[in-house]
Amino acid sequence: MPTGYSANDLVLLLPEIVLTTGLLVVLVADLFTGRSRQHWLGWLTIGVLVATAVPIVALSGHATTAARGLLAVDGFGAFFKLLFVLAAAITVLISRQYLEVEQARPGEYYFLVLCATLGMMVMAAGIDLITLFIGLETMAVSFYVLTGFLRPNRRSNEAAIKYFVLGAFSLGILLYGMSLVYGLSGTTRLREVAVALATQSDSLALKLAVVLVAAGMAFKIAAVPFHMWAPDVYEGAPTPITAFLSVGSKAASFAMLLRLLLEGLPAMAPEWRGLFYVLAVLSMTVGNIAAITQGNVKRMLAYSSIAHAGYILIGIVTATPRGVTAMLVYLMIYAFMQMGAFGVLALLRRRDVVGDELKDLSGLFFRRPLAAFAMLVFMLSLGGIPPTAGFMGKFWLFSAAIEAGYVWLAVIGVLNSAISLYYYVRVVVFMWMREELESASVHPSPGVAVALTVAVAATIIIGVYPAPLFELAEASAKTLGMAPRVLSLR
Amino acid sequence: MTPITPAHYLVLSAALFSIGLIGVLVRRNLIVIFMSIELMLNAVNINLVAFSQQWQHVVGQVFALFVVAVAAAEAAIGLGIILAFYRNKETVNVDEITLMRW
Amino acid sequence: MTIAFYTLAAFILALGVLVVSTKNTVHAVLFLVANFLCVAMLYVLLQAEFLAVIQVLVYAGGIVVLYLFVVMLVNLKRGPETHVDPRRRDRMGLLIGGAVLAEFVAILLYGFAPRATGAAPAAAAPGVGNVEQVGWSLYVDYLVPFEVASILLLVAMIGAIVLAKKEP
Repeated sequence: MPTGYSANDLVLLLPEIVLTTGLLVVLVADLFTGRSRQHWLGWLTIGVLVATAVPIVALSGHATTAARGLLAVDGFGAFFKLLFVLAAAITVLISRQYLEVEQARPGEYYFLVLCATLGMMVMAAGIDLITLFIGLETMAVSFYVLTGFLRPNRRSNEAAIKYFVLGAFSLGILLYGMSLVYGLSGTTRLREVAVALATQSDSLALKLAVVLVAAGMAFKIAAVPFHMWAPDVYEGAPTPITAFLSVGSKAASFAMLLRLLLEGLPAMAPEWRGLFYVLAVLSMTVGNIAAITQGNVKRMLAYSSIAHAGYILIGIVTATPRGVTAMLVYLMIYAFMQMGAFGVLALLRRRDVVGDELKDLSGLFFRRPLAAFAMLVFMLSLGGIPPTAGFMGKFWLFSAAIEAGYVWLAVIGVLNSAISLYYYVRVVVFMWMREELESASVHPSPGVAVALTVAVAATIIIGVYPAPLFELAEASAKTLGMAPRVLSLR
Repeated sequence: MTPITPAHYLVLSAALFSIGLIGVLVRRNLIVIFMSIELMLNAVNINLVAFSQQWQHVVGQVFALFVVAVAAAEAAIGLGIILAFYRNKETVNVDEITLMRW
Repeated sequence: MTIAFYTLAAFILALGVLVVSTKNTVHAVLFLVANFLCVAMLYVLLQAEFLAVIQVLVYAGGIVVLYLFVVMLVNLKRGPETHVDPRRRDRMGLLIGGAVLAEFVAILLYGFAPRATGAAPAAAAPGVGNVEQVGWSLYVDYLVPFEVASILLLVAMIGAIVLAKKEP
């Protein structure tokens, strides 16, 4: 009996296949690597990620589906997959030194990072409810374990519990919404769902389904009022994992949200536009105001990441090709600056210093001028100061909002950026204060140095010359199935 | 008595979902909270199977199978996290998770 | 059929309430098993025999045993509910749950009652039995998520070992 699969499917699924093979190799290699040579596992992991990036780039020009229409092979997916591979590579680079200080075994750690990456890739490529939710769960379960990876550390335990309870709870809500979507349309393939639901946009049950799906996904992107897990989890998790969580998990959830809304539920655009308008305004405002009061830098960055989720949601509210383009641009820029900031924090971790309080940064400029300069760049970029990439990202988001007629949303965004400057600049001020000078200096390993150099360079170069990234994002956003159709619905 | 329609199953699943929801919000014992989440996932499965019968195909049942697999994975991880936490602090009460502000 | 549904529904809901409200965790786990078994019988009513078997095997046989193990391992010297955070608002939880229930029921009845069984039968699957149909759908249509789920279960296995093993 014909099954509908061909050798072509194997080619189209090559990124996922390479990554899956690679993560199994890392898992087995861990068994045969002695304790003294375990740093090789990090480089092996980097090798796997590079090998995964090759087929992603090679396939980025396609616009087709694979595996019986469950996965899309298009520029949109390729853009996000590259982002995840990049974020995972930076995570691995900044992890080695941190893991040595924490005396944690790296084998399972790298394996789980790769599994989370696989889940994210499925989330970005899936155009089917079941596929999307299995990808989401693969990512989430990997992160539950990674968050609690430092077993003797009570903060890590507590963070894992909170993340797990709220993550599983939100999964229940999301699945209930998905089950209603399936029940109303009779299919799980998003493009068929869109056709089946086009005529019943006034159904109350469908509205309930949209609300539940939106609430479930809002948990994953940590939008207010579904954000309460984020500060505790970000503070308690190992710092490199916090970085990966705040960049990779957030970007993957945004990719999945875009697939769900624009490919599956374009008929409900008026409803979800309104919902995400409210979530965007709340996230920006609450995130920024709460960030001001934090004395712990990881916690402050958690609230700031909630605020950034609010900015990015503007792209979903507009739901125009330009808005989606701006989201992609911003997520890529955000990946560099956020991972970089956490990379500097991971560098500060030593045997007796946790290194995530604001005072741990004091005088950093005099101890390690280069690290302080990197942090300066990341803070200015997160705050959206002109010569950096963060400014370009915000500029595109807000101008997309104005173009789509959401002037007030742009105004609220600009006001919030102004508020956020206060706490970003405060970090800079602390780095230049000369007090509590500690002689114990932090020596960055080659991996950390490479990661920070890449992040700083990208943040500055994109800020000065954003055209290539913008063109890439624009071409990628165009391939997202239904974006033009939503535009015509307005 | 009226014949049983999918709507009957939906109401049953909504009720079971709400019981699970209340359990998550009200109870303090982590193990009971996990069990409440299992109840919520079961409510989802009842929905899926009822829709599957309504549409006369098995897609909903396959969806439910995946939900069962995920529930199993989550149970293993969740209970592992509880054990790790319990080793450091002999409690499973969420109100005692106070190192960071909740 | 009708009587069977109402009996099972009553059992499922009553056992669900007991799981959530019992003070003794071991009893709660046992109520959970009974609840899962009733749901399995409901699946038989809905002609999902394979899923019913899986429900018994995985939930009643696997997951609940895991729960029982942990309840026994985490042998609490004091009741887990003795310490109460004064800021808790239990009534709020009940209120939210009740509101959610009322809303769901209203919307679902309104949304589904008019078109109760209006669906046209989809293209017939190659097999006749329920197991065969599920097999075709799972291993042909949904092969990719099935493979990803295998990685998910591997992650769960490794993760549970990482989290639960004693310090060396």
